Amino acid sequence: MAELNTHYLLRHREVPDIDQIAVYEAHGGYQSLRRALRDFTPEAVLELVKASGLRGRGGAGFPTGMKWSFLPNDGRPRYLVVNSDEAEPGTFKDRELIEHNPHQLIEGMIISSYAIGSHDAYIYCRGEFLRGSEQLARAIREAYAHGYLGDNILDSGFSLHIHLYRGAGAYICGEESALLESLEGKRGQPRLKPPFPAVAGLYGMPTIVNNVETIANVPVLVEKGADWYRSMGTEKSPGIKIMSVSGHVRRPGNYEVPLATPLRTLIEEYAGGVWPGKLKAIIPGGSSVPLLTPDQIDTPLDYESMIAAGSMLGSGGCIVMNDETCMVWAAHRLVKFYRVESCGKCTPCREGTYWMTNILERLESGEGSQGDLEVLLDVADNIGGKCLCPLGDASLGFMVSAIRHFRDEFEAHVREHGCPLGAKRYDPINH
Amino acid sequence: MKPHWRQWVEEIRQQFPQGNSALLPLLHRIQAEEGWLSPETLADVATLLNLPVTTVESVASFYSLFYKRPVGERVVHVCVGLSCALKGADALMHRLEEHLGIRQGQTTPDGKYSLMEAECLAACDLAPVAQVNLRYMGPVPPEEYQRLLGEGEK
Ligand SMILES: Cc1cc2nc3c(=O)[nH]c(=O)nc-3n(C[C@H](O)[C@H](O)[C@H](O)COP(=O)(O)O)c2cc1C
Ligand code: FES
Repeated sequence: MAELNTHYLLRHREVPDIDQIAVYEAHGGYQSLRRALRDFTPEAVLELVKASGLRGRGGAGFPTGMKWSFLPNDGRPRYLVVNSDEAEPGTFKDRELIEHNPHQLIEGMIISSYAIGSHDAYIYCRGEFLRGSEQLARAIREAYAHGYLGDNILDSGFSLHIHLYRGAGAYICGEESALLESLEGKRGQPRLKPPFPAVAGLYGMPTIVNNVETIANVPVLVEKGADWYRSMGTEKSPGIKIMSVSGHVRRPGNYEVPLATPLRTLIEEYAGGVWPGKLKAIIPGGSSVPLLTPDQIDTPLDYESMIAAGSMLGSGGCIVMNDETCMVWAAHRLVKFYRVESCGKCTPCREGTYWMTNILERLESGEGSQGDLEVLLDVADNIGGKCLCPLGDASLGFMVSAIRHFRDEFEAHVREHGCPLGAKRYDPINH
Repeated sequence: MKPHWRQWVEEIRQQFPQGNSALLPLLHRIQAEEGWLSPETLADVATLLNLPVTTVESVASFYSLFYKRPVGERVVHVCVGLSCALKGADALMHRLEEHLGIRQGQTTPDGKYSLMEAECLAACDLAPVAQVNLRYMGPVPPEEYQRLLGEGEK
């Protein structure tokens, strides 16, 4: 089922220099936009996206067409905001898309803005993506020069301006309401929801926030149609997904696969197999999802199968760990990430990630005591579902599943006063 | 305050006329010129945008890429995220710390290098990866740490 070497999103793999507008156009670029403006009403584009079953690729997997249809019809200006703040450990697909195939995102933004009736669209680009933002800035300039952006695009009467905005180093700004705060020039702290952005978003106006990969799918949908998209994947998870594979594999990288491709195919065929050593654990969908064990390697990569297996497809960041990897060490690394990135607004997340990091550090360095595991799980209980945004919950996914699947290993750290695997631990200055 | 900063405010406000949206773009642009954001600079920005100084300080302090202290000519961000750690990021950081005689978060006394810990740089396929003045370099195995310091370049 898996079609190796066919790309609809990572098209630069077959077409070098597709980041240049002339090359993009020569390979069918901006034809979907022409077609949408000529043959589709905005409602028809919305119907197409709904019919395709496309789900958001930023992590939550929310159906894109349904999200768009939540916009109130009240005459206020509407905004499309593209989330290019990619920073979930293990995820690196959006970076490749904006660095190498930026026009597909821009074309998708224009078609999507046409569908939802937005005349100003924004790209929130992670501050660390210097090259990515340069590529986007250039591609936007080219699109203006070729008449795809600005007033009265291709004589359709539709106008759109795209504004590129750089973040400045804060993972939380990937969360859509924190992103909007940041885009308004404030500290990037999440807002209380509801109201959701579709009702009151950027500058208080109805706003759609979508991931880069989600929007990059839109020109493909216009070109190939909903039935084609649905010919891949499953009823609830149709189409294609970019999976980022890293860690202990022979060929780390982004791989574009039909949804429902078995995890085994991704790891063994696309990424060249586990190397070095043998498989111990897989994080299939970015650092915030629970791990899968080797016996689950045949799980199909779709939203519902991943949930049935006890994890999530999330952002598609697949981290592979071999049998030399200490699960306490890995949990410490991930929980510490959330501690550093917690915006500090909600006490359970701010304090909880701090204490979990300390306890895991203690366990790893051999100073853990009986009862530490219970305290960890108790702290976890006090974070889960108790914060304004899902960052706190995200800090628990891996750790709680690691304790569940590898309890022995955690207990051995207490019993043997240290890491049985002899993991080397970097001891950073606290900040 | 430099005279052309007013011009920048005008340009940025054309793109981002609403809310305080001009603030981050202006801070980026000024930092690119000045190297860092001193208290005086932040006060200037407040004047330029007609905002309370505390607002500007509070926003600037939220974001790790706005430097509130002077940094080295070469700012080296070493990713210590999980995927990079699985490939030796900690050893890479240690080698750099030893060689430069500073800990992460610090700048060498000659002002040449700043060494910083980065969380996942969304380039885990290049692990262990680093950024030098926000340009990616990777994979950089620990023993090749000197590549990040550009020693021997002109
Ligand atoms: C802590 C946190 C970080 C997030 N980071 C990102 C991100 O970097 N990129 C992204 O697209 N979505 C991210 N999300 C999800 C967004 O809030 C939002 O759901 C998404 O951008 C919607 O787009 P989609 O429907 O196209 O997936 C994050 C969520 C949370 C809670
Ligand atoms: S963990 Fe280093 S780039 Fe992702």
